[in-house]
Amino acid sequence: MCLGVPGKVVGITDAAGLLAHVEVSGIKREVNLGCVVNGATDELVGKWVLVHVGFAMCVIDEAQAKETLAALESMQALEHELDDFSQRSHLDAGNVDASEGGA
Amino acid sequence: MQYVDEFRDPTLAKALVAQIEKTLADVPDALKPLQVMEVCGGHTHTLFKYGILQLLPDDIEFVHGPGCPVCVLPKSRLDQCIAIAEQPETIFCTFGDAMRVPGSKGSLLDARARGCDVRMVYSPMDALELAQKHPDKQVVFFALGFETTMPATAMTVQQAQRLGLTNFKIFCQHITIMPTLTALLNQDDVRIDGFLLPGHLSMIIGTKPYQPLVDDFAKPCVVTGFEPLDMLQALLMLLVQFKERRCEIENQYSRVVADDGNPNALKAMAEVYSRKQQSEWRGLGVIEGSGIALSDAYAAFDAEAYFQPQQVSACDPEGSRCGDVLSGRCKPTDCPLFGKPCSPQNAIGALMVSSEGACAAYYHYRTVPTGEGQ
Ligand code: SF4
Repeated sequence: MCLGVPGKVVGITDAAGLLAHVEVSGIKREVNLGCVVNGATDELVGKWVLVHVGFAMCVIDEAQAKETLAALESMQALEHELDDFSQRSHLDAGNVDASEGGA
Repeated sequence: MQYVDEFRDPTLAKALVAQIEKTLADVPDALKPLQVMEVCGGHTHTLFKYGILQLLPDDIEFVHGPGCPVCVLPKSRLDQCIAIAEQPETIFCTFGDAMRVPGSKGSLLDARARGCDVRMVYSPMDALELAQKHPDKQVVFFALGFETTMPATAMTVQQAQRLGLTNFKIFCQHITIMPTLTALLNQDDVRIDGFLLPGHLSMIIGTKPYQPLVDDFAKPCVVTGFEPLDMLQALLMLLVQFKERRCEIENQYSRVVADDGNPNALKAMAEVYSRKQQSEWRGLGVIEGSGIALSDAYAAFDAEAYFQPQQVSACDPEGSRCGDVLSGRCKPTDCPLFGKPCSPQNAIGALMVSSEGACAAYYHYRTVPTGEGQ
């Protein structure tokens, strides 16, 4: 119920009504920008937002997303080094199925 | 960047699980098995859908929290929804999740089958549009949900006021999360060691309102996103807090959650809502300070004042343990009604209805119990 999906703002449909088209996994729908607008609506075109019940709830912070991923990747690199070092193999025991579709 | 696939990478997940195992070894034994509450039903869903529970060591146990508004929707409130839907010349609009929740006289879906005009909407704005299209009818939107959904309702009501609509009403069942978490922690027989806090709710309110969890209850907390890597990373951050004997509110979901929340959303909420003294939660009883009502400035849109539906308390069915599941006192499978007669097709408790409910998650994904896999 509190799920939100990332989507890209592709065009403003009604600047006064704060409405825009947002593309979420290939599907376009009209979304209200009231929660994210801070100035001209045009500035939001091309940005990624998190959409919940027809409203864009935040502009996703790309720099923060990159930082989170970088932290994960450097942790994995460290993990590999330690792995080679201790020749452990039990890490293969788990398996996350990431192929399933989005929620 | 698409912000989804990157956070589902299985090789990164493996590395995270390895780190979690290592860090857990340094967590004091007195704390084990660790009881981690994931507050939000969306997190419960991710844990089950991606098989995360099977990947994790047995010494980490999840307590599925009350953060699914459908799961805590009390029967009496649903009965009032149906009473409103039964009024002539009325269109009752609701999110799909609430359609199948059982009340004492069936669900909204049953009411629709009896001829009431009950419609499923994706957004409160869809309900507003219906009101514009049907000026001869009262259109009621069932506003259900935590802080995540409150801004959308608030901005819709503001829009209705700008348009001067007199046939649009809100039946307000918004609830607020913090009083519930503190009420849970104040109960002697509930053990929670740390929290994975809801990412999207926090995107609205920010991280500061959680401070009492740290200051008054000394519970480490991590605000968490909804992809599998988000949850694993947040769990690792929580374990590091235990290991280092720190107790803080950390933010794993910084791409979405700012410490101060969303100012536009908070402003709209402050204008449109006021706090109610108390609100009833299914399974948990009445919780002080957890309810939300429309403020005086927007009272004209209040369906409760307009229709005055009778409030009759309705008990949960005998033998059900919904409240114990919601507070982590027992697992869904410990409920004598689990599976039979209570199943997603024939839900007796609300936790079986939404896919985010712990009972529905257990029912759908219960293949091998944790620890016996591989
Ligand atoms: S199995 Fe049904 S009755 Fe039992 S706790 Fe779950 S939802 Fe409630």
